[in-house]
Amino acid sequence: MTMIETVSPILFRPRSTSRALQKFLGNKGAMIGAGILIVFALAAIFAPWIAPYNPIKTNFLVIRKPPSALFWLGTDELGRDLLSRLIWGARGSLVAGGISVAIAMAIGVPLGLLAGYFGGKLDALISRIVDALLSCPFLVLAIALGAFLGPSLINAMIAIGLSAMPIFARLTRGQVLSIRHEDYLEGARAIGLPDRWIIARYVLPNILSPLVVQAALTIASAILAEASLSFLGLGQQPPYPSWGSMLNAARNFMEQAPWMSLAPGAAIYITVLSFNLLGDGLSDALDPKSQH
Amino acid sequence: MIAFIARRLVGAIPTLILISLFVFTLQKLLPGDPILAMAGEERDPAVIALLHEKYHLDQPIPIQYIRWVGGLLQGDFGMSLRTEQPVTTLVASKLPVTLELAALALIIALAIGIPAGIIAALRKGTALDYGANIVALSGISIPHFWLGILLIMLFSVKLKWLPASGFVPLFDDPVQNFKTLILPAFVVGVGLAGTLMRHTRGAMLSVLGTDYVRTARAKGLMPRSVVLKHAFRNALMPIVTLTTLLFGEMLGGAVLTEQVFSIPGFGKMIVDAVFNRDYAVVQGVVLCVAVGFVLLNLLADVLYRVINPRLRTAS
Amino acid sequence: MTRLRILIAALALLASTAAFAETTIKIGIQDDPDFLDPARSRTYASRLVFTALCDKLVDVAPDLTFVPQLATAWTWSADNKVLTMTLRDGVTFHDGEPFDAAAVKFNLDRSRTLPESLRKSEIASIVSVDVVDAKTVAINLKQPDATLIAQLSDRAGMMLAPKASTGDVGAKPVCSGPYKFLQRVQQDRIALTRFDGYWNRAAYHFDKVVFLPIPDTSVRLANLRAGDLDIIERVAPTDIKTVKDDKSLHVFNNPGLGFSFITFNVANGDRAKTPIGQDKRIRKAFELAIDRSAINDVVFEGLYTPSNQPFPPTSPFVDKSFALPARDVAKSQALLAAAGVKTPLDVELTVSNSPITQQVGQIIQAMAGEAGFNVKLVATEFATLLSQQQTGRFQASMQYWSGRPGPDGNIHQFLTCKGSQNDSHYCNPKLDDLLNTARTTTDLAQRKALYAQALPILADDMPSIDLYFEPRLIVMQNKIKGFVPNPDGLIRLKDVEAKP
Repeated sequence: MTMIETVSPILFRPRSTSRALQKFLGNKGAMIGAGILIVFALAAIFAPWIAPYNPIKTNFLVIRKPPSALFWLGTDELGRDLLSRLIWGARGSLVAGGISVAIAMAIGVPLGLLAGYFGGKLDALISRIVDALLSCPFLVLAIALGAFLGPSLINAMIAIGLSAMPIFARLTRGQVLSIRHEDYLEGARAIGLPDRWIIARYVLPNILSPLVVQAALTIASAILAEASLSFLGLGQQPPYPSWGSMLNAARNFMEQAPWMSLAPGAAIYITVLSFNLLGDGLSDALDPKSQH
Repeated sequence: MIAFIARRLVGAIPTLILISLFVFTLQKLLPGDPILAMAGEERDPAVIALLHEKYHLDQPIPIQYIRWVGGLLQGDFGMSLRTEQPVTTLVASKLPVTLELAALALIIALAIGIPAGIIAALRKGTALDYGANIVALSGISIPHFWLGILLIMLFSVKLKWLPASGFVPLFDDPVQNFKTLILPAFVVGVGLAGTLMRHTRGAMLSVLGTDYVRTARAKGLMPRSVVLKHAFRNALMPIVTLTTLLFGEMLGGAVLTEQVFSIPGFGKMIVDAVFNRDYAVVQGVVLCVAVGFVLLNLLADVLYRVINPRLRTAS
Repeated sequence: MTRLRILIAALALLASTAAFAETTIKIGIQDDPDFLDPARSRTYASRLVFTALCDKLVDVAPDLTFVPQLATAWTWSADNKVLTMTLRDGVTFHDGEPFDAAAVKFNLDRSRTLPESLRKSEIASIVSVDVVDAKTVAINLKQPDATLIAQLSDRAGMMLAPKASTGDVGAKPVCSGPYKFLQRVQQDRIALTRFDGYWNRAAYHFDKVVFLPIPDTSVRLANLRAGDLDIIERVAPTDIKTVKDDKSLHVFNNPGLGFSFITFNVANGDRAKTPIGQDKRIRKAFELAIDRSAINDVVFEGLYTPSNQPFPPTSPFVDKSFALPARDVAKSQALLAAAGVKTPLDVELTVSNSPITQQVGQIIQAMAGEAGFNVKLVATEFATLLSQQQTGRFQASMQYWSGRPGPDGNIHQFLTCKGSQNDSHYCNPKLDDLLNTARTTTDLAQRKALYAQALPILADDMPSIDLYFEPRLIVMQNKIKGFVPNPDGLIRLKDVEAKP
């Protein structure tokens, strides 16, 4: 412990937590992103109180009506209020995006770290498994999982997470390879620091930035992938909304009722933008190289 | 380097075996029986039994696997359950289409994504940076289906500049081929461009902050050569990883884009095959994609070594 | 820039002269056909292609009567057990082989004996086929079969060239239709070219027919509007307004044969042991909760035909006295109370994953909800759905049947005790008797009476709820003239031509 304290000044160390936090809080973009996401999350949590209508209540008298004072975002193909469905749909979609990416990172990043850092047989083994998963079509994986675990939003997230995992593993491995011979790592190894220390304190912080970028991007594809899975009956089950399934339903009405795709489309876009702004701020704050 | 490539190629054999086992088992676990659909509206039990026997689906799964691998070694990928066409014929007719679409899309993506990423990184925090980000992220968030239909409405229905479908192979009529592929390649390309732009920007930023770039700047080198020679070269690593990954993903086909533009590529074939439980086709295509991935991974590793010479001595 | 324009103009000119030299009609269809072998085909998409490729013994007229095609006349023996057909003169197959009685025998025998044949049960009544002379064939039956002519008007009656059809037919079928097989790229196109030896060649005006499978309805329509297709089939009802606004397009809205219904699992395994599977009052309550007309208005723009019988609106077998029940929530609730179940009663409704079916499912969910049912929709992809239905892993299931011109093909296999598609395992010997007798009764009035007795039994037992018939919505370019729609939705190109 004391030894680490003494050698650390010569290495790239993550800045102290408080300074990272300070930098993060000072990032305007990140704060805007975080603000929007908090608003969305609150909307999702308090949906029952905020939504003007019941999101699954059909009304055959107001089918596919454009936005009006009564229905701010218009109504869908069964006369349901789109604003209410959007608010309730935030639950499914935000959770789907978040959990899938969490699953993908929780498995992919450690695998990539191990493969890249230790190399050799371990690298070979992990790379084989990752390659096998990469070449397995997403749909095969998703239908198989849906069949085993039963169709539900949670299982859709697991399938999405697993299929996004190899990207993180490959990206991490590539990053580790690129810094494996940097002086500060050689130095750390030379003075006999244990591997897990080196990985946790020197490798991970130095490669985090592209992973954060990728995570923010994957959220977008996860939310959209949920749409294709709900189309197969493997995602959010009707009549409950998710942004993806709303987009899906809107597909057949792009010309007759464009507002049906605009509402969930805009929601997904704003969410993706916010996550990426947040991601930028995070990777800025965490990147030890940019502290000077 | 040649020894390294040879070693990697030999090392890929276990990967392929693993993939074949994995896909084979996975799809056998899918619910549904292809023969039930093939037996038609009549569902005559005698026909069902006969077809099970004909395609050896009545045998234990390990035997089925060995039979399939045995065929592979003799160049026989089996035949489609749905149309009884050999899988090799199907793959041979669709692979060039998928490769062409993927290549075109990637060219578009690289041409937009990398310069945009570099500029955004150099002008970080300016309006230019924010603008580039907003455009890139819309590329990622717009569903392919939506953008595809919109482009057809504009360029095919309203302006009548480009055909909405009617793909022709490259060597039959290159002009028409390009006309039918440019819209789908654009749809796929802008999505990828967004991803590439974000990663290029991130990688450039983290390189621009490091000592050697600052040293290079201090030495009085022109900013432009600093950017290209030092910073970009060092930022290339994640971009290479990502580009090969993206290309590999496109080998699996751009399902929705192919559907919107009626392009006979891998994506449509594999989705139909999964839904019809057309086992031989799924297996054949996945194996093909897997070989593609192996080659791309190899390419990535070779490129790593070219970019970062220190890796060469290490292993 | 100008040079590029000139180049493009030159190319366009080149393309248009080429089109003038050879006329092609492009038809956008919903699905990729399966085997192009009449004995093995199972999809509606393949029937669309066969219509141009393979002539049949008998054809179906728009009024659902049977008219000559390769057989010019047919007579029944007094005991209705021998069908004698007179064959058309001067017909040859695409490879030049002449069409005669021996060819008919070859084809019927092939459909009856080919191990993979899916036609066996359709023509199971045939015992043997005799060649009387070159142009006369006698078909001997086990017992009278009122459905035989209808079967011979579909794939069982399609004639392949015997010499060319001993091996694998599906890859390159040789028939005697107006167009012959040219090329197939799976999931992309099937191209046919004009057969110059066709007996009625003058009635066909295009040199080439190309079928392009385009699964998505909006994409299919966009292709038509862009001028890349000439005809598309199965247009979405919600798109009809858009089509009508487009002056260059023309809509054919013809009553069709296909219909949708809900099947209840009443005796197929453990999943049948639910209140709705065991108590017909509850199923009746479910029917009363549904407003078929509202479904039609909300999802199908009022273009479909709500129905409580499995016979198409154009069929002579429709029983007009058997009226469509109106929605009655109060009565539905009363039935549920009488059945003594606790409401809301959970019901699982399996639906396919098409957006339209899911939309219908959600409407039924909402309507049944008002009467006291808690409907859970289970959206399932097709392959899984099929095996779940057959093995009884469902409570209630939305199904679709492409429909047959004769009544038997819409009811017998679904509702008789041993019916091949009776997934519900519903069994009522009295109904079996009626439907089996109707099969062997050739007198129209007697058959009508038999089906009229069957309908009340079904309405009482309620093993399934018929919902609506689907029209055949076909849209084409205005310049395409001479098309005559048919309830079967198939696109017959006789006398169809392009006139600008």
